[in-house]
Amino acid sequence: MRTPVFLLIWLVIAAAVFAGAVFAGNDYVFFAGYVVMQYVVLSTAWNILGGYCGYVNFGSAAFFALGAYSTVAIYKFYPLPIPLLLVVGGAVSGLVGFGMGYLTLRLRGAFFAIATLALAVVLETLVVNWDYVGGSRGAYIVRPEEIYPFGNYVRYLFLIMMGLAVGAITVARLIERSRLGYGFATIRDDELAAEACGVPTLQLKLIATTISGALMGMAGAPFPYYIGYLQPSSTFGLEYAVNSIAMPLIGGTTSWVGPLVGAVLLGSLQQIATVTISSAVNLLIVGCLLVGFVIVAPNGIIGLVHKYFQRKPDDFVGRRRVDPDAPEAVP
Amino acid sequence: MTTAIGSAKTDSMTRADAGLLDIDALGKRFGGFVALDGISLTVPAGERLGLIGPNGSGKSTLVNCICGTLRNEAGSVRFNGKPLDGLPAHARTRLGLARSFQLPRPFASMSLIDNIRVPLLYTVAARGSGRSAPDIEGRCADLLREVGLEQKAQHLPRDLTQVEMRKLELARAMASEPKLLIADESMAGLTHSEIEEILALLLRLNEQGVTIILIEHIMRAVMSFSRRLVVLVSGRKIADGQPDDVMRDPEVEKAYLG
Amino acid sequence: MIFSFDLLINAVVSGVLIGGFYAAVTCGVSISFGILDIVNIAHPAFIILGSYVAYIFNITFGIDPIVVAIVMTPAFYLLGTAIYQVYYLSFEKRGQESLRGLAFFFGVLFITEVTLVLYFGVDYRYVEAPYIGPTLHFRMLDIPLRILVPFLVSLLLIAVLQLILTRTFIGRAIMAVSQDQLALRLLAVDPVRIKRIAFGISIATASLAGAFLIIIQPVEPSVGREYIGRVFAICVLGGMGSLPGTVIAAMLIGIVESLTSTFYGPSWAPAVSFGFLLLTLAVRPAGLLGR
Repeated sequence: MRTPVFLLIWLVIAAAVFAGAVFAGNDYVFFAGYVVMQYVVLSTAWNILGGYCGYVNFGSAAFFALGAYSTVAIYKFYPLPIPLLLVVGGAVSGLVGFGMGYLTLRLRGAFFAIATLALAVVLETLVVNWDYVGGSRGAYIVRPEEIYPFGNYVRYLFLIMMGLAVGAITVARLIERSRLGYGFATIRDDELAAEACGVPTLQLKLIATTISGALMGMAGAPFPYYIGYLQPSSTFGLEYAVNSIAMPLIGGTTSWVGPLVGAVLLGSLQQIATVTISSAVNLLIVGCLLVGFVIVAPNGIIGLVHKYFQRKPDDFVGRRRVDPDAPEAVP
Repeated sequence: MTTAIGSAKTDSMTRADAGLLDIDALGKRFGGFVALDGISLTVPAGERLGLIGPNGSGKSTLVNCICGTLRNEAGSVRFNGKPLDGLPAHARTRLGLARSFQLPRPFASMSLIDNIRVPLLYTVAARGSGRSAPDIEGRCADLLREVGLEQKAQHLPRDLTQVEMRKLELARAMASEPKLLIADESMAGLTHSEIEEILALLLRLNEQGVTIILIEHIMRAVMSFSRRLVVLVSGRKIADGQPDDVMRDPEVEKAYLG
Repeated sequence: MIFSFDLLINAVVSGVLIGGFYAAVTCGVSISFGILDIVNIAHPAFIILGSYVAYIFNITFGIDPIVVAIVMTPAFYLLGTAIYQVYYLSFEKRGQESLRGLAFFFGVLFITEVTLVLYFGVDYRYVEAPYIGPTLHFRMLDIPLRILVPFLVSLLLIAVLQLILTRTFIGRAIMAVSQDQLALRLLAVDPVRIKRIAFGISIATASLAGAFLIIIQPVEPSVGREYIGRVFAICVLGGMGSLPGTVIAAMLIGIVESLTSTFYGPSWAPAVSFGFLLLTLAVRPAGLLGR
């Protein structure tokens, strides 16, 4: 399927979902749906670096928060329309992603992962000490009541985030099917051999961190408008890191489908759990699911579906898969 | 270039005719251990060079330094006149330097044909040859056929035998359309006829203009294939010349027997 | 910024003392990451677990927290071996330790923290002991005993560990397993068993480190997070697996954090160790005493 067709199909699906939500009549659907869509973007973004290239980013919250705080910084100066804020948030986070990659991508994957953790804390500390965006006291953003022609502002936010989600999965799929996708996969499998085949691994890794960071920043940009009151401790919260890792790992990391499935399923589950049980139990469930899936079903839900139907590798999940039961042949 | 024992004088003589690959006093240490000690070597274009030596003599380290996987501390490597210092491995591959790994390193999550596709996409395409997608498909299939793996094109490397993995290694190195191919122990564990197959393949490549450095322990293969033989012992080059002369060299005999 | 010599000297001394404690916190990671190459980012969570264990026995029975920790060391050791077994079977054996192994430990970190929250709530907990409260006064120095005692016991712990690693057969096997597994096999020693023992020891140290932590400061479940960066920064800076290096790096970070906190304010302190880590990784990943 060619990309424009893919994009069109998903835009139609998104429109249908939006219409369905409007029809449901309950505004809560939009609040909850926004968060789920946000996680689709975050998971897809994480997976580009984590699933495709094999480099784990523990600092998703930092890139997300950068997008959010860029919006706050600009808002205090002059409130821009959200689409522009998306661009700014994406640019800032993309730049930071590039910079961090440049510093740390020459190292092994494990060191990179730890460095992402460090970056998240450093950025959080900087923000907490920056009074212009409210510091530890937090920042208020006044959400407009309405916006033409959507009416309710939350509906508008939901629509934006859904559009971003469609964009994210399109980008992910585009990468997968391009030469870049092959390059990423070789980095994940064997960087040394990749270099020997002519793959410029450092360049590709930088591309991955930049795209991944930019998408996460774009997911964060509308957040202040959604939440109204932005606090560093929750914006940089660990639940963003856990979810952006858990959702792709549970859904399946080898293609764009996994993060989407993981985010929709896990995100919805969490929205229900937070309301019915408690947010702490909700997080416990995520943690347990993460550990459980990683041990028992390393290829995620997609992998399980795959095994159940026993289809050939190329059909549903693109060209790459890893079978957990057979011993690895690579020395 | 026909003396059996490498000496400084002889090396400067061979250096005068710049080869495709020029190695000049290459040195590499790992902490206190000297892996390579002043290796100098010139490989002219079109050569069939055999590189032999006991285990641990530094052959693979030499390959790694030439190809950029490891950084050498001393000396220099020039390829086609161009100094390779500081160039990352992928840049050297793009210049036309290819190698297979002694312990095969396939891309485990990709099918065989995708494994072959990578060098074509990233090396050949990067040189601007303007290949179309069907061309690349065809080329992948051809390469697999040349090593006898076309039946398993859609399989994962996990499904291969050790021998088949070595063939894949070789095919992947060939896929980057190199000017110089270093085959690092591609024949370990092969049967007699399989060795003949690989030798014929390498010979064909050589006839098409590819310079080949063959690193092997199987003496029969090395002797029949090489036009020139280099012997490495404990990180030093102790012989460089015609295969028959080299094998009669007392120092070489001592290295292998005593 | 008010600069006074008194303040400076107290900050430095305090940094050294806290540094000793940081070394105890990190030595477990020096073993698991520095020697075994296992990125156990859940280590701080086990330390917090140690803190809460010390808390329970201290509050219920009035036992000294360090004594509790020493008694609980075997339990933590067993926990460590169990976790390693899961890690080995699920990831190391399959060669997937980079992505999924990391995610596994991240999940364990998370589960531990949230379980503690569910069980104990987010209130700060503290222990009681005769040395918590009094302060030694020596000229211009003020040394709280609750920091001095953990400092001393930490150094003892590290000394014991170093002796184990260098003088006993198991210890040397552990050092060897990181360098040459084949050689170990030829000596009829099972590398997996050695790694299991080593990881067990690594988690056992968390029991003690947890007791030290709750002596020095009140603890609540999320306190562990600020230690993730610290621990890896110290481990990397200290040369990955070198215990003497760990001690030096720990004190260095302790001093810099203390100075930052005193002269720039405590809200900047977290950035110190994490910033150090980023810098070290960017500039010299082999650490100060790198091997």
